[in-house]
Order: sequence, then structure tokens, then C-alpha cells
Amino acid sequence: MKQITVTVNGQPHSAEVEPRLLLVHLIRENLNLTGTHIGCDTSSCGACTVLLDGKSVKSCTVLAVQANGKSVSTVEGLCAPGAALNPLQEGFKENHGLHCGFCTPGMMMRATELLEHNPDPTEDEIRWGISGNLCRCTGYNNIVKAILYAGAKMRGEEPASTEPQFV
Amino acid sequence: MTQVCKTSKAIGGMGHSMKRKEDGRFLQGKGNYVDDIKLDGMLYMDIVRSPYAYAKIKKIDSEAALKVPGVLAVITGRDLEQYNLHWMPTLMSDTQMVLPTDTVMYQAQEVAAIIATSRYAARDGREAVRVEYEVMKPVIDPFKALDPSAPVLRTDKPGKTDNHIWHWEVGDKARTEAVFASADVVVKEQMHIPRIHVASIETCGCVADYSKVNNHLTMYMTTQAPHAIRTVIALVAGHVGLTEEKVRVISPDIGGGFGGKVPVYPGYVIAIAASFLIGKPVKWIEDRSENLQADSFARDYHITAEMAGTKDGKILATRFKVLADHGYTDASANPSKFPTGMFSIATGSYDYGTTFMEADAIYTNKPPGGVAYRCSFRVTEAVHAIERMTDRYALEIGKDPAQLRFDNFIPKEAFPWHSPTGWIYDSGDYEAGLRKAMDAIDYEGLRKEQTEKRAKGELMGIGISTFTEVVGAGPSKDFDILGIKMFDSAEIRVHPTGKAIARFGTKSQGQGHETTYAQIIAEELGIPAENIQIEEGDTDTAPYGLGTYASRSTPTAGAAAAVAARKLRDKARKIAAYLLEVSEDDLEWEPGKFFVKGAPEKSKTIQELVFAAYTNHPQGMEAGFEATHYYDPPNLTFPSGAYICVVDIDKETGEIKVRRFVAIDDCGNIINPMIVQGQVHGGLTQGIAPAMYESLIYDDDGNILNGTLMDYLVPTAVESPNWETGHTITPSPHHPIGAKGVGESPTVGAPPAIANAIVDALSPYGITHLDIPITPFKVWKALKEKGAI
Repeated sequence: MKQITVTVNGQPHSAEVEPRLLLVHLIRENLNLTGTHIGCDTSSCGACTVLLDGKSVKSCTVLAVQANGKSVSTVEGLCAPGAALNPLQEGFKENHGLHCGFCTPGMMMRATELLEHNPDPTEDEIRWGISGNLCRCTGYNNIVKAILYAGAKMRGEEPASTEPQFV
Repeated sequence: MTQVCKTSKAIGGMGHSMKRKEDGRFLQGKGNYVDDIKLDGMLYMDIVRSPYAYAKIKKIDSEAALKVPGVLAVITGRDLEQYNLHWMPTLMSDTQMVLPTDTVMYQAQEVAAIIATSRYAARDGREAVRVEYEVMKPVIDPFKALDPSAPVLRTDKPGKTDNHIWHWEVGDKARTEAVFASADVVVKEQMHIPRIHVASIETCGCVADYSKVNNHLTMYMTTQAPHAIRTVIALVAGHVGLTEEKVRVISPDIGGGFGGKVPVYPGYVIAIAASFLIGKPVKWIEDRSENLQADSFARDYHITAEMAGTKDGKILATRFKVLADHGYTDASANPSKFPTGMFSIATGSYDYGTTFMEADAIYTNKPPGGVAYRCSFRVTEAVHAIERMTDRYALEIGKDPAQLRFDNFIPKEAFPWHSPTGWIYDSGDYEAGLRKAMDAIDYEGLRKEQTEKRAKGELMGIGISTFTEVVGAGPSKDFDILGIKMFDSAEIRVHPTGKAIARFGTKSQGQGHETTYAQIIAEELGIPAENIQIEEGDTDTAPYGLGTYASRSTPTAGAAAAVAARKLRDKARKIAAYLLEVSEDDLEWEPGKFFVKGAPEKSKTIQELVFAAYTNHPQGMEAGFEATHYYDPPNLTFPSGAYICVVDIDKETGEIKVRRFVAIDDCGNIINPMIVQGQVHGGLTQGIAPAMYESLIYDDDGNILNGTLMDYLVPTAVESPNWETGHTITPSPHHPIGAKGVGESPTVGAPPAIANAIVDALSPYGITHLDIPITPFKVWKALKEKGAI
């Protein structure tokens, strides 16, 4: 067992963990932050994506001990409980970028880093930028729209209409 | 055409693109999925699985596993046998092992279960269990399964002498043969709709919580049909005391279902048995690999498809012969009288009088399933067959496939239309849909461009699919699951202050029921949808229903919501007449209030009327304001669609790029256009997936070759095209709000549009058919074989 301290959404947490404990299980089981999900066993789906010292990582592929002394951001930290949704959360809601909601936390954490590095991405850059995150419900169109919306909002611009467009 | 809204945006009834009520919790990580559940003393279960497709179990040695710290128990088939829980019935009246006592029948089958204090300890225990097998040669190829030399797999079934499950047929064989014998044109293709997997991002799992003190089981589980599951649990385990009133199934938030969460999997039953034996809650959450390798597959139909017609393009007859690979047991989730589901819809959107269809189902050493992945009970297979053959026929006679469809569509005046296999299509305007899709994509322009490209040797293809779906099972005279008629239900209770709670017998897995059911009630009662809380999934509180699959929620429970709300409106009218001191006949309704004809200033809002139902109701009337309805649909609904796909293919590599895809759906009246569009986007991506990427592949020994997401290719945002969607509106005449189901239409309709586009691109080289998934390698190989490269 190893003693670790991880700062999660700004709060330091200490825990005694087995070295083999995956970060995703530390987050979900020890800290009860169950927004971060598990969708596969081969690092393919990205449902467990969190930010580790600002970088998006698949937390199923990081050991909890590797996060010792580092800072983790999860979906629960995107907005304070009861506070207004942050621009990404708002973008996902306004553009219907989620159905079952299972990929959503990982998708938004990935998009958080994407927009930090590329505040005005093209649609193609967004598609490649979230290609480590699988979604089975939405067909991705509205996720792309949601991220474009959040980008515009963060840049202080008026986002495009969120009304569904039909041919 | 767009939906006309009768209600204000503030009320949010039919036709409003209302934002979802579900999103708040999901966006903040506050959904409640099964693996989020933690109970005091909860134990964890892991499962030892078979490395072989077919083998005798000689010995299971649990000794080392039981020494692993944290491991409390190892459960085997022999343990369950003592309680007669080692086998369970399937939905198709076959039998399925919970845990084997003697023989394993497919790779990854459950062999033993480990119960431990943590999931890591359970996994350690799993690795420590030693199983000795005597490996046998499996039956993998369904075409060889009936060879006299093939081993008979189901030796547990008395008198079973082969691997044949059932034979099914429909249509007029003699007449069809006569038409085929005399037809000018006959086309024939052998096609395989391969085995695929839903791969919902959340896998299956449960927490079984049996209380010895109360003799009561609470079962939290990933199920699309919680009430039916409760009944099944009682049927399987009633003899050990788990009778139906002592079982509460809770289906919490589900991370996608797509049909993969309809069946009862052994893992659920073992978890119940473990909790029952140990008296503590037991959690089981499967891995992705287990999910892909052992849970219900979809499709796996081998179809010999034939179409007969005239030289100028009039379809005269079709003939379909299916070999269905069901795995080792028939556990396909069909209505009990429909072993091939709704495959008999395969005559499609076309007006011709003659067909003959037959199917044989076969046991093989593979996991069970068949009905899943937005198939609407085998409509995916049916539509693929007819839409591929329609293009095949057009190619044969050199006719434009769009024109051929116009020449054969069931005309809109002919509805309700009686199909040669017995369906009564409720309504449709197929010509309008195809016309709209062609205009949106500039079909004529594309054909010109294609001609120019062909002259230069470039590969461009245009594919059409004009499909008819059949969803909303179903009328009680024909449709049941385990004898339970396939109705569904709604229960609406309006509180004194005019806000409501409503519960349903269906179960959303992301389709937005919490939002759209509220919109139906808002439409009928004028209570703002925001003020109507929708719940599903708890069998103690929700009315009995058959669940959500096969796009049945809107046709069944959606109808029930409207009917129950109308009962309440009738009551409101009586109260309004009493309060306004007029006759009921003198009242007119507009969403949200009754007013006196000719004196609109004399009115009562629905909120005032509901308050009166608790505070000042007429003498002799029951107090309160609630209604329930169990809706037995008079027919199914028959949504349709016209899809056009354009592909560009790299001749040297076989790489296929979907340049454009236009999808025009007609699901009748639309409850929430935003949600319908979202369903269509997702369904189209689940259409491109089997068409181009996904299939479960087995080798001759029954090893699954791509049982993880490393090589089972679920499309990412990069592979998924920018879908262009639209609709026509042809309401269902028999449905209370004119709405049809739609959730599965895109997955039913898209694969043949894509396959047709690819074959169209390759047709100059004499290629007439390719089986899905059509991969770059398959295209390259076909071109190579034809000497094109």
C-alpha cells in the first residue's frame, strides 16, 4: 500500500492505495466522483477521460500512484453544484450533444483541453480532436456543434443557432 | 413539411424542440448508472469464462481461488443445480445455461463466479480458478451445422438429433415459383448480414441486493424491460421464495442499450443467486471484452435473395431463404409467435403481390442473441435484402434505381395497404420522401458528375434506400413476450398545485423519454412540460409495461400517455362545467383551459381545475386528479424513409469516403424534432458502422478474433459523416397523436444505402454485390479479382 495525495477539482485528497489501483477507480470508488465512467478495457473509448495537471488522460490507463502530488479535474469540477453550467456543458445541452450521457463527462473533459489549446477549432479539428472518445448515441454531429458553441462562447462571440437544421 | 405546434413554447407540447430535462444531471456527472451504486457490505462478482468454444468441463478447482485474500466464494453450475438455477428459459422458449455443469458451448461462456470483497480481489480470484477441459471440435459454420457428420450440440434436449432449431415460412410458394418461372428478369444474390454487437458505451451489470430479513430482492440492473425481467426472475427463482411481489427491479440511468440490454444474461442470475446465498449485496459489472464476446449479438442472417420483374422495371415477386445462426440456444428477443421477428416486412415499400420467404435457424458454438442493435426485430435484415435486391434489379435492366423505385412504390392512396405477408401498412407517402431526398442532394447533378467521373475511370457511387419500418409491437392478438401481451402503460398523477408526476412501463436508455413524454402530456393537458416529472424503470412504482426496444415507446407508451391525459381532460371538463355552471357541451378546450363557447372570458385553467379536484370537486365525483392507461395498440406503426448516400472510392487502396448522406425520415407527427434528429444522427452512425466497419469474426475453432475495441471498429467522430437530415410527415391514422416510432429507422435504412452506393461505384467492373461490412480490403480485392487494378 502506498500513501498518495491527489488534488481533485481543487481539493486535496489523501488515500492509501494499492500500487495497481487505476486512477479511474480511485476517482470513482475512493472519492465517489462517479461522473467519470468506464466503457472499455483497452484504452479505446475515452469515457474515463479526466485532466491530469491540465492534460487529458484516459484515467483507466493511469495508476492512482502516478497521480500522486498532481492535480486532477473531473466533470464534477466543471461547474459548482447549483451554479450555471460552463460553456461546454451549456453547449452540449443547447445542441443536444448527449443522449444516454455515458460518454458525456469524458467527452467534455477532452473538449476542455482541446479548446484550451485551440480556442477556435475547425469542425475537422474537433472531429480529430475527440477521436479518442467514442459515443454510441449521438453520431457526433451535435457534439461537434456543442464544442463549436462552447468555443464561440469562450471567445466572447455569439454562438451559432442551436435550433436543429433540416434539409 | 414541419410539425405545426398547437401549444406555446412555454407549454412545450408536440413539435417543440424542447431542451432535455435529463441533461442537467448528466452534464454534471450526477447521473446514476448501475456501477455508481454503492450499498453497505456490497461484494463484487467476477466471472471465469471458457477459453474454448466447445468443451467438456472435467474439473473446476477453486482451492487456490478461495485462498486469495478477499475471496469469499466460488460458485459453479453444480452449486446452482441444487436450487435448479443452473438453466433458465429464454424468450423463445429455449433453455440457456446460467452456469454449466458439464459442457461449455461458446468461447467466453460463464463457467464459474467469484465473490469477493473488492473487484480487484474478485479478479485475482478469477485468475486463480483452475478449470480442466476436454476440448471438442465445435460447430462454427452454420452451413455445415446440418451435415450428418456435425456433432449434435444440444444433447441436453431429449431426442434432439441435429442442430436445426426451427423452420419458418410465409407467403405463397406455388404462386411465387410460377412468377419466377415465367419472369423476363430474375436476379439472385447470396448475402450475409454479419454478426455484430451493439457495444453500448456502458456494459451490462447489476447490483443484486437480497435481504434475508425481509425475504426481498432489490435488483438494480441495466435492463430495457424492467417489468418483464421482474416476471422472469419470479419464473426462474419463484421456487426458492423470490415470488414476484418480493422482487423489485430498478433500472437506473442506462448508458445506452440498443437492444443489448433486453435479454437476461447469466451474470444477472448468478449475482442474484450469490446475494441470495450470502445475504449481502453483490455487484457485477462486466468488462467490454466480456460484453462483446458473450452478450447478445445482432444479425447473422445468411440470405439467398431473389427478385423477379419485367424488362422495363416492374417488380413481380421476391423470394428470400434465410439461414439464421442463433448460437447455442435460441435466446433471440422476439415476440413469441415471431421466430424471425418482423423479417416478413421484406417485401419493402413496393407494390407487388407475390413473395415467399423461409428461414431455418441453426445452433452453433457461439453466444446466443440475434435481435439487437436497432433491428426492430429483424427489420434491418429484411430491409437490407429488399433494398439491395432493388438496386441489383435496376443494375440488371440498366434502369436508374430511383426511377425503378418510383415505378414500384405503394401509392399513397393505397394505404392502409395489405402486404402479401399479412402486414397492414398504416400510412405512407414514399414518393414525397424520395423526391425530397433527391432534391436535397441534387440527384440529377450527381448522376451527371458520376458519368463524367466514370469516363475518367474514377469511382463514385450513389446509393438509395427507401425503406418501410414496422415498429410498436404490438396488438395483443398477435404479440406477446412469454405470454405477456405487448401493451404499454402510462400513469399520470397531477398534484393539487397543477404540477404532475407521470410514470411509464417503458425505459429510456438515452432516447429522451423524460422530456418527450412530458411533451405529450403537455399537449393534451396544457400543463407545461417543465412541470411534469417523468419516471421509468422502478417496478415498484411504474405501471407494468414491456419496456423499450424495437422503437415501441412512442407507439405504445406514447399512446398510453395521450389516452391517460385525455381521461384527465374529460374529468377536467366535468369540473369546469360544475365551476362555470354550464353544460359540458358548452365548453371549448384550448391547451391549458376550458372556456365557455361564445364567452371566452368565462374560463378555468387546467391548474384551477386540478386544484378544484382536491378542494372543491363536484358531489359524487372521485376526488384527486389521476389516470392510468394500458394501451393495446390496434396495429403497429410503419415509419419510412428515403436515404441517399454518395461515396468516393480510391481505386488503388479501396478506401471509401462517404461524401454526403441525406436522410429523409417520416415518422408521422413529431413530438420533439431535436430529439428525433439526434436519434437519426446516432442511428445513421450505427448504420455506417455495420456497413463499413463492424463485424464479429470467428475462426474455425470458435475463437473470436476481434472481441475487444482494439479491433471491433466502433466509428469515431472522424469516420462519422456530417449527416443531413429532414422529414416528411405522414401521420399514423390509428395512433392517438399520429406519431410513429423512429429510433431504429436510420440503422435499418442506412446500411443498404451505403452498400448500394459502394456497389454502384464498382458496378462498371461487373461487381454486383458485396457483403457488409464493405472494408477497403474487400473493395480492393474485388477490384483486383475483376482486373480493374
